[in-house]
Amino acid sequence: MSVGTPRGLASSGQKPIAEILHPLSSAAEPLSVSVTVNLGGDKEAGLTNGTPVETSSPASTSSLFNRLQLDDDLEADVRDPYAETTETRDLFVTVGDPKKHVSTMETYITYRVSTKTTRVEFDLPEYCVRRRYQDFDWLRIKLEDSQPTHLIPPLPEKFVMKGVVDRFSEEFVETRMKALDKFLKRIADHPVLSFNPHLNSFLTAKDLNKRQGLALLTKVGESVKYVAGGYKLRARPAEFCAMGEYLDTFNQKLGTIDRIAQRILKEQSEYLTELREYGTVYSSWVGLEDELRRPLEGVAGCVTTCCGALEDLGENMSQDFLPVLREYVLYVESMKNVLRKRDQSQAEYEARLEAAILRKQEDRTPMPVEVEKCQDKVECFNADLKADWERWQSNKRQDFKQLLTGMADKNINHYEKCQAAWESLITLLQDKQTEDKSSETN
Amino acid sequence: MGTLCACVLAHHQPHHHSAESKRMAEDGRDELVATDDESDHTAADGSSSLNNTMVEEGSTLVRRMEICVAEAEKRSGKNTVNMQETFTVYLIETRPMDAVAEGRNPAPDSLWRRYSEFELLRNYLLVTYPYIVVPPLPEKRAEFVWHKLSADNMDPDFVERRRIGLENFLLRVASHPVLSNDKILHHFLTEEYGWKEVVYETGFQAKADSRIRALSATFRVRNPDKRFMEMKHYSDQLQSHTSQLLRARARVADRLYGVYKVHGNYGRVFSEWSAIEKEMGDGLQSAGHHMDAYAASIDDILEEEEHYADQLKEYLFYAEALRAVCRKHELTQFELEMASQDLISKKQQHEELATGIVRTFSFKGMTNKIFGQEAPVQREARIKLLEELIAEGEDTVKEKTVECEEHVERAWVDMQRFKEQKDKDLREALINYAVMQISMCKKGIQMWSNAKECFLKM
Repeated sequence: MSVGTPRGLASSGQKPIAEILHPLSSAAEPLSVSVTVNLGGDKEAGLTNGTPVETSSPASTSSLFNRLQLDDDLEADVRDPYAETTETRDLFVTVGDPKKHVSTMETYITYRVSTKTTRVEFDLPEYCVRRRYQDFDWLRIKLEDSQPTHLIPPLPEKFVMKGVVDRFSEEFVETRMKALDKFLKRIADHPVLSFNPHLNSFLTAKDLNKRQGLALLTKVGESVKYVAGGYKLRARPAEFCAMGEYLDTFNQKLGTIDRIAQRILKEQSEYLTELREYGTVYSSWVGLEDELRRPLEGVAGCVTTCCGALEDLGENMSQDFLPVLREYVLYVESMKNVLRKRDQSQAEYEARLEAAILRKQEDRTPMPVEVEKCQDKVECFNADLKADWERWQSNKRQDFKQLLTGMADKNINHYEKCQAAWESLITLLQDKQTEDKSSETN
Repeated sequence: MGTLCACVLAHHQPHHHSAESKRMAEDGRDELVATDDESDHTAADGSSSLNNTMVEEGSTLVRRMEICVAEAEKRSGKNTVNMQETFTVYLIETRPMDAVAEGRNPAPDSLWRRYSEFELLRNYLLVTYPYIVVPPLPEKRAEFVWHKLSADNMDPDFVERRRIGLENFLLRVASHPVLSNDKILHHFLTEEYGWKEVVYETGFQAKADSRIRALSATFRVRNPDKRFMEMKHYSDQLQSHTSQLLRARARVADRLYGVYKVHGNYGRVFSEWSAIEKEMGDGLQSAGHHMDAYAASIDDILEEEEHYADQLKEYLFYAEALRAVCRKHELTQFELEMASQDLISKKQQHEELATGIVRTFSFKGMTNKIFGQEAPVQREARIKLLEELIAEGEDTVKEKTVECEEHVERAWVDMQRFKEQKDKDLREALINYAVMQISMCKKGIQMWSNAKECFLKM
């Protein structure tokens, strides 16, 4: 993992390093590193063609990176609740540019994963690879496996009902991409997880050598037998009990909010239908009148504008609000899993300890090393978990602050649009009135 | 006193809000501005529309008398079939305009009337002035309701809106160049007892019955005035559009109500959630209160929109009145044509008898041929009779012609007046609707901004 001389960097005027073409990407378009960190990907690109990405301008490595950092920070302040301070962040990842791939066997979407870093663990300061959902899932499993004491962020739902949801629709892909981006960012910002070698592979390797599942099964087997065997946890520390209770209640509330949001969407959609009809009634009246033509047309126009604004609001709610809410439900599940694992490791320790004590009483065998190791494990687990919990709580606070503020903003925006339309109508009609009056007196 | 008292205008605008009318009634009595220039101020409150519906020549009642329907009360009594019933009565207050203008503040004359008496007055006017587009009454029963609004006639909001509607009716009638001079109207406003008898004494009831029959009858008119046919067509369309609009608006109101109310659920869940949070708790809790307030705000918003609906309803009913005037024209024209027809045929019969020449086929002609002609004496008698009938017929035709022409002339004037009034009123109603929408948007922005502040404090 040496730094080495940077190859093909913009400074030398050669093409950027991102010629690492993923075997699945269409060979025709070389992927170049974009200067700005684009959260949403290039929407205009759509799903079938390549991204019209600007090539980075020639600059020295450090100044280029500084520029990137500046951009990232702007983005970070605006969007990213995980931003640690400028000085400490040295790993930036972005998911973008969804593209559809059609092969004889299957059709699927890949996403571009861009990385910028100064960490020594990485050979190069920049990487660009293409990954599909499976790959993210692989990463998640690997992380859970190798870092059992840590909370791994959730992935968006894996399976979608084929008939119900269009897996290739722009909205679905956009939503999923945002979730995947968040997933990676959360990992990249984690002080422990971000150094995981599997993450490194995911971000850098041309070819992910995926061997799923086996390691996971063997590890889990051990702890499970201590809990499955009916061994009861003697005393779960109070703080972990509290965590569990919190998560249960929080989960409940999330579910309620989700239902309310869906209900609102439904009511708004029905309102929209009636509102459209209402607008047409004004329009149809126009033909009958002469003096009233303008006001009637004006009102019809305003109603149409309001309909548009309402549509936008609904779209926002279903594309931005609900997915984040649902993501947190998954996050809660992940957290609960970690708590369970902690319980399991504590159970294992207590079981071994009891067995060792019994043996000691019988034949004065000293405390085996494993028991001490177990104790260490439990203590580490507890410490890691507490740290992650604090981080999770802090992130959750930021996330929801952002989410709810965003919801408020969208609603305010909606009303502002409507208000502007009605106000301009009044101005229009009052102008006409003064016009008429002055022509009367003339 | 030909001058207008602007305070009256401010008070008596046709479309004002329930809460304001009482306050304005008090204000109105103190203000004393009396120049016709007031009419140039385009008040957003719509006083100009009433102004413009008044005709310059002739002094209409409203110039001489301040009128208002001040209150509504519930009463109980026995009805015509001796059953106990509850009904609402309305207090009509009147004061002479010169007293008001001179700064004196005399107590108003007042009397109580119930809705059915207003109906009686209107029916009388319809029959007596068939060439006038008579202002309509507020609806008898609540229609075009959206679910929350009760269709109960005793509901206080409904009663209040009806009070305003009745006042509006009186003001429109009292400011009409023709209707305002009617004696029965004066009696209605000033004599509490015995008014009904006076109305019936006019014998209008008989005309009322025949009018109803005529309105629903089908008959074919050969040469109706094209303008009236167009106007009739217009009235049908106006009726159709206003009723469509009212129905659509009610549905929209229903849905909007649902949207706002569901947001109230956020209030509860935020409150519950805040209980398990440390730093986020306060922000969530307060935001929840704002969500509750948001959900509650729709009630006032929609109540206010009912006034807009009332304005539309007035013109829905006005369309009916307009149609009736057109139908009356058809009727008079038809009667004229019938009378002319009748006269022609009588003249022909006369000619036949006099000259013996049978031009057209007639039963008499046939029987004459078969049974032989009648005796000369009989013929003479018949000719004499026919001459009398012809004389009568000519008078009838003259009468009918005058009736028809007068109706056309007067009705055309009033229909023009109506058109101007309608354009002004509906334009204003639409502007007011826009104002309401703006107010609703502002409220929404306020609520969500408040909630946003709380979220930021989370």
